[in-house]
Amino acid sequence: MTIAIDSREPSLGLGAKLQMLNWGLVLVVCALAAAGTGLLYSAGGGWEPWASRHLVRFATLLPITIAIALVDVRIWMRLAYWIYLIVLFLLILVEIMGHIGMGAQRWINLGPIVIQPSELMKPALVLVLARYFHTQTLDRIGRPLVLLPPLALVFMPVGLVLLQPNLGTALLLIMTSGAVFWCGGVRLWKFLLAISAGLGAIPIGWQFLHDYQRQRVYTFLDPERDPLGTGYNIIQSKIAFGSGGLFGKGFMEGSQSQLMFLPEKHTDFIFVVLAEEFGLVGCLAVMALFMVVVVYGYAIALSSRSQFGRLTGIGLTTSFLLYILVNVAMITGLIPVVGIPLPLVSYGGTAMMTVLIGFGLLLSVSIHRHTRISRSGLHEG
Amino acid sequence: MDRDNDRYRLLTRRSLVLGGIKLGLVSTLVGRMYYLQVLESDRYTMLAEENRINMRLVAPSRGQILDRFGVPVAINRQNFRVVVVSERARKADRNLEQTLMHLSELIELTESDMKRVMREIRRKRAFVPVTVKENLTWEQVALIEINAPDLPGVSIDVGEIRSYPFQGTTAHLLGYVGAVAESELNGDPVLSLPGFRIGKNGVEKYHEKDLRGVAGNSQLEVNAVGRVIRELDRKEPEPGRDVTLTIDIGLQQFVQDRLTAEDSAACVVMDAHTGGIYAMCSHPSFDPNQFTQGIPADLWEELTTQPTHPLTNKAIAGQYAPGSTFKMVVGLAALEAGIVNTRHSVFCSGHMDLGDHRFHCWKKHGHGSLGFVEALAQSCDVFFYDLSRRIGIDRIHDVAKRFGLGQRLELDIPGERSGLIPSREWKRAYLGKPWTGGEDLNASIGQGYVLATPLQLAVMTARLVNGGFAVKPHLTKQVERSYAEQTEWPSIGVQKAHLDLMRQGMWAVTNGPTGTAHKARIPEPGYELGGKTGTSQVRRITMAERSTGVLKNEQLPWRERDHALFVGYAPAHNPRYVCSVIVEHGGGGSSVAAPIARDVLYEAQKRDVARGVALTAQAPAEPGRVMAPPIATVGGQRNGG
Repeated sequence: MTIAIDSREPSLGLGAKLQMLNWGLVLVVCALAAAGTGLLYSAGGGWEPWASRHLVRFATLLPITIAIALVDVRIWMRLAYWIYLIVLFLLILVEIMGHIGMGAQRWINLGPIVIQPSELMKPALVLVLARYFHTQTLDRIGRPLVLLPPLALVFMPVGLVLLQPNLGTALLLIMTSGAVFWCGGVRLWKFLLAISAGLGAIPIGWQFLHDYQRQRVYTFLDPERDPLGTGYNIIQSKIAFGSGGLFGKGFMEGSQSQLMFLPEKHTDFIFVVLAEEFGLVGCLAVMALFMVVVVYGYAIALSSRSQFGRLTGIGLTTSFLLYILVNVAMITGLIPVVGIPLPLVSYGGTAMMTVLIGFGLLLSVSIHRHTRISRSGLHEG
Repeated sequence: MDRDNDRYRLLTRRSLVLGGIKLGLVSTLVGRMYYLQVLESDRYTMLAEENRINMRLVAPSRGQILDRFGVPVAINRQNFRVVVVSERARKADRNLEQTLMHLSELIELTESDMKRVMREIRRKRAFVPVTVKENLTWEQVALIEINAPDLPGVSIDVGEIRSYPFQGTTAHLLGYVGAVAESELNGDPVLSLPGFRIGKNGVEKYHEKDLRGVAGNSQLEVNAVGRVIRELDRKEPEPGRDVTLTIDIGLQQFVQDRLTAEDSAACVVMDAHTGGIYAMCSHPSFDPNQFTQGIPADLWEELTTQPTHPLTNKAIAGQYAPGSTFKMVVGLAALEAGIVNTRHSVFCSGHMDLGDHRFHCWKKHGHGSLGFVEALAQSCDVFFYDLSRRIGIDRIHDVAKRFGLGQRLELDIPGERSGLIPSREWKRAYLGKPWTGGEDLNASIGQGYVLATPLQLAVMTARLVNGGFAVKPHLTKQVERSYAEQTEWPSIGVQKAHLDLMRQGMWAVTNGPTGTAHKARIPEPGYELGGKTGTSQVRRITMAERSTGVLKNEQLPWRERDHALFVGYAPAHNPRYVCSVIVEHGGGGSSVAAPIARDVLYEAQKRDVARGVALTAQAPAEPGRVMAPPIATVGGQRNGG
């Protein structure tokens, strides 16, 4: 296999690449991180303990994002399987570590950095699926046998993540993959078949759920069932959300947030602080920023000249949007509590790293949008 | 490239569908936000308010206890405590240990104090104040306040602590307060307040409901872990009601001091007509102030192991053979039964033989022939042996009950014991044996099974001298402003002439030349007392001992000495005060108990004079013409000043 680099598309110089960088997207991402810092400032009652670290973390990771963006998208395509395999290996590693007596773990401690392989799997899976579908023609995609390898690519990590157990991330992985499958050209009826099979599996799957997961579902169905136990989070969250009203109680004035009724307010429930202190207006403003990011993502995907770029763009954008949808649906009591943070706004290292890696890849697709890559794939050298 | 174009077109189409779904989902979320933040906003705003507001109980201050003239005998003293809030102590540049060390330079802190404080700090949340030391003096408070800048997190807190200014004098009467026990929780939320104290004994316990008051509450803004942010609203607690006692604290103190000369003694002074108790003392006593903050173990050990039982209120819980003080009851039983008349007389040869048993009179060679008055005055045993043989125990039992013996008298403090008046039925039921004639004789001189408390003896005396009215003893005069004292009593149904005869005899005990307590009379005209001595044996005198001569009390170990008793009343012409005295293992009633009663009754009357209360102007009664007490004037006479 050879890398077919179109003669009309010479490799770009560093300066040109920086010029091609989608600075608008970078700006919106910075704006969201700033909003996050402000909310963490309020939640923590000052720069300590969260706001300053959040800002430092973002400032450290942003150059890495740019660096990822500057790497040729073809290199990312070439590395896709390796990245996937490494992350899969890490997933197996945490699983084994959990089994040899260190308790259920979802992360690997590497000194200063704590890595959660299930998070890293999100961009890795998108990359590997995009590469796979890039190499297939529509005809071949029509054949069920051709769909088996990508399904295996999806369900190996999903299975491992379920074992952790982390239902939320597993579902997110499946939905993100679904978007790539869909845009890659898999037939609608196959989706309908998969969805009905999935629904049919729910009663069976219920048997395999851990007690705390079942509890979350029960709590979701009736939060008042146990107002001081598992229902506490969601009740307090809704109270905070609703009492914010149209314009909110004002910066650092939210009684729910400031008086610590709100659980996990710096991580999964950070949006509630926004809702309480800035009201519906504040929520819509931040949601609008998120939508701008999504629109940028779609524009980048659709303007790419390679199927790999398009699918990567759509996959990453979908993954990003799913974070937001699940997080906000959870804190407003629409779905059960699943541990999904709000990207760029919630405090937490791995999630921010994952999201910024995603943006790095997206920006790489953007910079190299004119790069054509032949279907037959890549060739070493 | 064409193929790629197909893929691109498909992807574009499908990504638009995907985007549409996403837009739908985002719209749902925005709709949800609108629902929560606009449509349901009011409801959630209210819930948020409720969330942050915490009702906290505010302890009511306990009602005071006053004596009959309004002198406070149980009060709430301000208790200055020094407390430390660990998070504030840590915030400053120095650490907690340094702060405590600095504090210990100002006020004395023991090693164990320090350890306790550190332990409590570790256990509690960082914003909860921990008490370092209580009961600070003004100087200590000032010293801490001056050094406040060097003591971060240290502050002075004012609480209330129950205090008994008369200490041991009122210990048995008032009881004391203590921490609420698990079993005492009854749903009143104020009981679960940390540090709340409730009455554990005496008046404090009996009037707990009145004294306690009603808790107020304070609406506090709190956060989720309970830290108080500020107070929003406050409903003041309703303080407990003051309880006024019938006790005259001056007299109470006099009596307690008077008893201190003895090892172990009790005394009750009561109003003959109302039943109101003027003084009720039990010696030795203890300081209830040491009990309010938890009793130190070594003190408790000391109090519970002493043979003189300092914790027991012997006036109501001490049961003693009444000895000769019981003789009036026996006399009345015979007279009421109509078996003998008031002129009945008996010849005392110094003993009486029953079967092969010889029952001795206390006077070895006998009193000769004597009637009721002389028999009481000289406390002849044979006279009453003779009566008891004629009437039997059951008639004595019946009359004794009417005089309040052998039963609880519903005194308004807990701990009263019932004493014992035996009967044939009782012996059969409890001992399973028939009554014997010898037991009649023993009972007739207040020995054998007969047991009475000093309170019962005072009540007995009151009913003897008040014209035969069934007064009951009480300590409560009023609660807050409402009088709670019963002053009208039903008759006990004993003939006045018979009562008068007994009173004549009791007059002669002190005032007659042959009376056993002649030395303990009050010579001042108008203040005379009447009464009856009693000496009750606590051991059996064997035949062998009697033949070699009965041992004197001084020769016996303390525990085997006789109890000395006296019941008395004054003034003799118009009895108002009755008094009973018991000195445990004190020896003879006439030599030990009677002088105490004399001093107490004299003091009681003198105190009236000192307050300017005119005694009912009446000439001292002649022994032959005892007049009925003027019941009609009781109401006016009762309160004094």
